[in-house]
Amino acid sequence: MRDRITAFLVLLPSLVAVGIFVYGFIGQNLYVSLSDWGKNPAQALAQRPELHFVGLANYQELFTGFVDVRFRQSVVNLIFFTLFFMAGSLGLGFLLAVALDQSPKGEGFFRTVFLFPMALSFVVTGTIWRWLLQPQGGVNVLPTLFGLPPLSFPWLTTREQVLVFDWNQLPFYTALAVGLMLLYVAYRAHREGERKRRFFALLSGGVLLLWAFTLGRGVHLLPYPEPHGFSLALVGVILAAVWQMSGYTMALYLAGLRGIPVEILEAAKVDGASPWQTYRYVILPLLAPITLSAMIVLGHIALKIFDLIFAMAGLDYAPTDVPAIYMYLLAFRGNQFAKGAAIGILLLLLVAVVVIPYLASQLRKEVRR
Amino acid sequence: MRKWLWVLGMALGLSALAQTGKLEIFSWWAGDEGPALEALIRLYKQKYPGVEVINATVTGGAGVNAKAVLKTRMLGGDPPDTFQVHAGMELIGTWVVANRMEDLTSLFRQEGWLQAFPKGLIDLISYKGGIWSVPVNIHRSNVMWYIPAKLREWGVNPPRTWAEFLATCETLKRKGLQAPLALGENWTQQHLWESVALAMLGADGWNSLWNGKLKFTDPKAVAVWETFGKVLDCANKDAAGLSWQQAVDRVVQGQAAFNIMGDWAAGYMATTLKLRPGTDFAWAPSPGTQGVFMMLSDSFGLPKGAKNRQNALNWLRLVGSKEGQDTFNPLKGSIAARLDSDPAKYNAYGQAAMRDWKSNRIVGSLVHGAVAPESFMSQFGTVMEIFLQTKSPQAAANAAQAIADQVGLGR
Repeated sequence: MRDRITAFLVLLPSLVAVGIFVYGFIGQNLYVSLSDWGKNPAQALAQRPELHFVGLANYQELFTGFVDVRFRQSVVNLIFFTLFFMAGSLGLGFLLAVALDQSPKGEGFFRTVFLFPMALSFVVTGTIWRWLLQPQGGVNVLPTLFGLPPLSFPWLTTREQVLVFDWNQLPFYTALAVGLMLLYVAYRAHREGERKRRFFALLSGGVLLLWAFTLGRGVHLLPYPEPHGFSLALVGVILAAVWQMSGYTMALYLAGLRGIPVEILEAAKVDGASPWQTYRYVILPLLAPITLSAMIVLGHIALKIFDLIFAMAGLDYAPTDVPAIYMYLLAFRGNQFAKGAAIGILLLLLVAVVVIPYLASQLRKEVRR
Repeated sequence: MRKWLWVLGMALGLSALAQTGKLEIFSWWAGDEGPALEALIRLYKQKYPGVEVINATVTGGAGVNAKAVLKTRMLGGDPPDTFQVHAGMELIGTWVVANRMEDLTSLFRQEGWLQAFPKGLIDLISYKGGIWSVPVNIHRSNVMWYIPAKLREWGVNPPRTWAEFLATCETLKRKGLQAPLALGENWTQQHLWESVALAMLGADGWNSLWNGKLKFTDPKAVAVWETFGKVLDCANKDAAGLSWQQAVDRVVQGQAAFNIMGDWAAGYMATTLKLRPGTDFAWAPSPGTQGVFMMLSDSFGLPKGAKNRQNALNWLRLVGSKEGQDTFNPLKGSIAARLDSDPAKYNAYGQAAMRDWKSNRIVGSLVHGAVAPESFMSQFGTVMEIFLQTKSPQAAANAAQAIADQVGLGR
């Protein structure tokens, strides 16, 4: 009992501090995001600004308002950036780890070299890559070393987009994606013989898809089409980010590969598995927990990315915009504090979507132990 | 005699004693602009040796970082004694409407500044019966820069209207010059826009855009975007990656014929690149804006609750004085806001600008904070992005009007 009291007393100060400085401020930010702070310039920076409660108006404006087109492009950018950054870092990191796992000469040297970029800050990485990606220098003149004509790709300054879709169709696409996911759940339930789950998944998925293809196509967020897509100017940013973080995934994977018992690999060999089959059916499944933790770390880095883009393309260039940058612009240049707070809350939710399932599964594991 | 000396000595001693304490000056003048501020501070220290001056500089062009820091400090109840701010609506629409600044009208009366500064400038820094900051310098926004020798080589003259400009652009393109107009990153594109808009709308039309009498969706204002789009076709495609200095470099190196930039470009070419103004490089008002001086100005204001108010007032007196302005501006590469400054202290470009400053019609710049509040300006970048992405004048005009309504422009 006394131990418990001591433990509680020792923890109390940090509990209070975290309660105020983390959760208290998150709460205050949420409150601000539901107010109209910044709408009226006379109140924006007043000594005691009067805040009026406006409900979800700020959020609605961000997703459907006329002037916040830049926010929507930044969300699309963020999604593409996160996808390609994670795929790139995981893929490259895994390949490097496999290469080093063959114990080549000078392994220690290469390990250091590959891991080194992680020691830099994103600002340094961004500055270096900004130079490398100058239209008339750096990467673009590489081919001339081999007597080829220089590239002319305007890395960070292009306005081109691919995979363009209409923002208006977002309800349709969302319903389509969720519906298909539910069908997959139903299929899994079918294979596992869980009839109840199969029934509900099939029903809700079917209803959703039906809605998507009938009414869903008619629901429009905006009165006019608004195309958004994967901005090619992000390619350079993704390159820099992958360069920085693939060393980290390499280290994780290398540790994982070294941890796989030789017996298992030998058993696979005895069973007649080709190297490809060994990787596909033995090694990769064993590395799954590592992939998951790497994805969590990379995912939340990607969602919070600000400094790398700040250093590479600046704040004002919309084709490489992400919500964090738009939030900074709105709040600290435009004095639109409420809207900035709303973006902050949205980012928090996005990170929570990535991190909470992971935390939950970890907690469950610990309880089981 | 003795008694008289004694009284004098006492008075001097007292006045020196009277001004003690500290003075914190908040600005974004570092790097190239640092020496000009330092010269001004030296002058202040000569006059008030008892005051400890704290030079609180936050680096970053046009105050991009300084403004965020200032906001944090003001909201946190820790205002600097005086801070640098672009004269006009950027100060008024942000801090004056929030009731955070002291009215300086009486200071302007005491020092006779109502006559020393041109009326157009006084109008821009006035709001609701008050005058809110002391301008220390003047820059001109609507200037077109070129290299005379290069133009002779290509056989073209500096265009006087945008129509002429587009024709000249075609000629130059035929002669193999890919991008006759050099353009840089985001804000320099907005800077080009304001020159086009001033030419298309005229000084009166430009002013009525900012007091709300002319809508952005008016056909006249939409036409600005149309011309702007054509002008952009003459510019380099990698603009987003270039700083304004790199855009000037293109003109100097003969990769482009013209650049529209504020007259800090003169300082860059004369001081950094060591070119002679008037011979090695030359200038003209941007096409269609002859006789109009689109100005921007750095100024200092007095926030309410300044800890060393008297010292700050003395600083403002120095900043607005002839001596102060003629110390600061030749080093900064700008001209004095006062009409009575000494031309001999300035180079050929500065003297030409001073003549225009006295004779031209004065209007304020959008991008540099004179005519629109920060809440509009910062979102004007979004309007520009909408135009660059959609190439639709109407879409850009609609967005601009929506933002103007949202921030209550002109109210």
